[in-house]
Amino acid sequence: MGDSIWQSMEKKGYSRREFLQFCAAAAAAAGLGQTGAAQVASVFEKKEKPAVIWMHFQECTCCSESFIRASHPIVADALLDVLSLNYTETLMAASGHQAEKSLQDTIKNNKGKYIVLIEGAVPTKDGGVYCMVGGKTAEQILKEVSEDAAAIVAWGSCASNGCVQAAKPNPTGATPIHKLVSKPVINVPGCPPIADVMMSVVTHLLVLGQVPELDSLGRPKEFYGRRVHDTCYRRPNYDAGLFVESFDDESARKGYCLYKMGCRGPVTYNACSVVRWNEGTSYPIQSGHGCIGCSEEGFWDNGPFYQHLPSFPGFGIESTADTVGTIVGVATLAGVAAHAVVTNVRKHKVIAEVHAEEEKE
Amino acid sequence: MTRIVVDPVTRIEGHLRIEAVVENGVITDAYSSGTMIRGLEKILIGRDPRDAWAITERVCGVCTSVHALASVRAVEDAIGTSVPQTAELIRNIMLTTLYVQDHVVHFYHLHALDWVDILSALKADPKKAAELAQSFSKWDKNTPAYFAEVQNKIKKFADSGLGIFANGYWGHPAYKLPPEVNLIGVAHYLDALEWQKEVVKIHAVFGGKNPHPNFLVGGVPCSIDVDEVAAINSERLNLVAKLIAQADEFVNQVYIPDLLAVASFYKDWTKYGGGLSNYLAYGEFPTKGFAHPESFKYQRGAVLGRDLKTVHPVNPRDTQEIKEYIAHSWYEYKEGNDKGLHPWAGETEIKYSGPKPPFETLEGFDKYSFLKTPRWKENPMEVGPLARLIVSYAAGRPDVKETVDSVLGKLGAPAEALFSTLGRTAARGIDAALAMGWLKEFFGELMDRVKTKETSTFNRDKWEPKSWPEDCEGVGLAEAPRGALAHYIKIHKGAIENYQLVVPTTWNGSPRDAKQQRSAYEASLIGTPVAKLDEPVEILRTVHSFDPCLACSVHLYDPEGKHIHQVSFE
Repeated sequence: MGDSIWQSMEKKGYSRREFLQFCAAAAAAAGLGQTGAAQVASVFEKKEKPAVIWMHFQECTCCSESFIRASHPIVADALLDVLSLNYTETLMAASGHQAEKSLQDTIKNNKGKYIVLIEGAVPTKDGGVYCMVGGKTAEQILKEVSEDAAAIVAWGSCASNGCVQAAKPNPTGATPIHKLVSKPVINVPGCPPIADVMMSVVTHLLVLGQVPELDSLGRPKEFYGRRVHDTCYRRPNYDAGLFVESFDDESARKGYCLYKMGCRGPVTYNACSVVRWNEGTSYPIQSGHGCIGCSEEGFWDNGPFYQHLPSFPGFGIESTADTVGTIVGVATLAGVAAHAVVTNVRKHKVIAEVHAEEEKE
Repeated sequence: MTRIVVDPVTRIEGHLRIEAVVENGVITDAYSSGTMIRGLEKILIGRDPRDAWAITERVCGVCTSVHALASVRAVEDAIGTSVPQTAELIRNIMLTTLYVQDHVVHFYHLHALDWVDILSALKADPKKAAELAQSFSKWDKNTPAYFAEVQNKIKKFADSGLGIFANGYWGHPAYKLPPEVNLIGVAHYLDALEWQKEVVKIHAVFGGKNPHPNFLVGGVPCSIDVDEVAAINSERLNLVAKLIAQADEFVNQVYIPDLLAVASFYKDWTKYGGGLSNYLAYGEFPTKGFAHPESFKYQRGAVLGRDLKTVHPVNPRDTQEIKEYIAHSWYEYKEGNDKGLHPWAGETEIKYSGPKPPFETLEGFDKYSFLKTPRWKENPMEVGPLARLIVSYAAGRPDVKETVDSVLGKLGAPAEALFSTLGRTAARGIDAALAMGWLKEFFGELMDRVKTKETSTFNRDKWEPKSWPEDCEGVGLAEAPRGALAHYIKIHKGAIENYQLVVPTTWNGSPRDAKQQRSAYEASLIGTPVAKLDEPVEILRTVHSFDPCLACSVHLYDPEGKHIHQVSFE
């Protein structure tokens, strides 16, 4: 990474003349004609790293912490070579006015080209005073940064579905990003999301130059297409009726299924049991605790965690998030429908509803 | 007289605003404001107390796991149960691992850029940098080729716009390090970023993931069985042993030597940032159970007026000792704004009365933060690594005393030097070195128990809520990396009746109390020089020396279960 196309051709021994001929050919192929060659040459000469800004609203910074646990590529290489992370309150050198300058410059100089990564929910109650940065509310800042963004990624459950601050009774009106902006949002839920999943979503956008294929909840199918239960190495124990009855009992040591201990694996779409955590070291079930369903909307209100699910549909391993609903008993049909709204027009309606709800209170 | 505003304060956890009054190049007054609130205590009410660890763990993803630990301790205290010794050891391993990881990340990624000038590193001679690094560390990566490679990387990075390092205070006269030391600092910044993802695999082994590993009331969720493939077995223990050895090398051959090298160029910062003279620590690392604080590695107690001859006992259950005030916070108390309330009797009704956003300043607003203001026996107290060391040093704990004296000796500084911005930063390194030693010790004890098959990790006696008293209350204390942390819980008929957190950054970063006494951030900023008003790197040095963690420190709670929003705009 890092070299422009001209630099890499130069290293391979091509002359400047040959490079310009190559550009002319590329321009002709792209239907840009004679004048297009100069444009192509200038793009190939300075391939700028894509500008990225990372906003922090109502969150606990676990998404940032998770991101720096990425192992392939490691985050130092990503920061130096893959992307130009111009704003993140967790790591950036600048503070105060200089930090705001970094943000404003990025927006101004990369209109329509920069990527916004958002960690945290946005409180909408009481004029938004429950989260303010630089004297502005999170809602005001979200509007500023999203207007000219090329893509918006909602990191973690806070930004994707509200997470813990949106649990009942949601005292601050914490609201996920997709309900507040009129653009499609890539939701990467989890508390936090797995480090290498985060890095893969970023590289999918920046290196492959594509938005990953999303499901009806805006989640990349690549990582949220299967239930934890379907890919869990303890699944054969479930099928054989071998269950842990109490923590640290004989069955726990044998690695039997944690369903009776409240495991939410059967109703949770995530990659934990395949990608695993911390460079594949483990995942909650492997270390003896049931899945708490942290990537599902409303999981905090689907408790208590140690009470097993009263029943869950016996759908087969081929099921995906698009063909079956999300958490039983929590995500109401209305909730799922609202989630699935992707067009701008309908989005505006959702935004209006959020504010109408707020005014009622 | 000029009032300067730093917002956002970056390289911290959460949302912090500092307003400081500067006269003749020196700070004469300061205001610290927490500007985000989520209301987690309200959300906890009515839930299963056994779930509280997971909810409170989400208070903070930087000091991940420590709120979960305080929470399970609070519930176990309330329902009257204890955990098996093996589970205690695993919890100690989790927490010492967090100390080591969190302190290294703080030093390199959150604090170093206040002292290390990235652009100056481009002028360094890599060969000289290697010679210098080899003179104070045996780390075999410190070669001329390695420093040349890092320098080249940074040069390319600088040419392409600097990304996260853009608009830093580079070239500011307060940066004093020679280019070679700056290059060493930048190189190890990158190495620390790579290493920190390794050490937390210890959390993944025992808790399934990091951030936010799993905890359990009554023990830990993992089982140990060296004859089973699906339990913590010899393969898992080998992995932990390897990670501990790597961590030991990183702390003692990279972090501590770099800290001493950087500190030796900034000795004038032992004169600034002392702030309060009172220190509070709850003590940590139980060796004979959480109910026996006398057996903790770190002493519980308070030191007042920097008097190292007396350690005052601290009782978190005494309703006259710890109280929270809201005289300058965006809340209201029924009995009036100048009362202090013990957490068990606490009440919180949010009442934002600051300026309507967007705004430029909090000047002229009597209330200016979502943080409450805790006091111990009416005294403002500093908490954190420095407070832990001071309390244990004053109590004559031999391992603490020996490590503190050794570091001070290497710096050629007297004990008084600790009461400062630089002292706080050095104390964090000492804290990490001590935790590293204890991590090895705890793991050795765990291996001994594996040998003798004493590996029970869960006490099921009080697991079922029907075995609990109808009404009970508990306190869970912990020393988070950032300092003294308390969770208070009341349980009624198996459900949470109320829950209150008093966290380190609330002690340190809170606004003034009813008597107008400043808390630690504000007190420490006074007297700090500011050379350039538009580039106040000095403010960042002192504030970062506390390692602020704001998400932890704002809360909202109402004993009646009522929540009334009373927002008024001036």
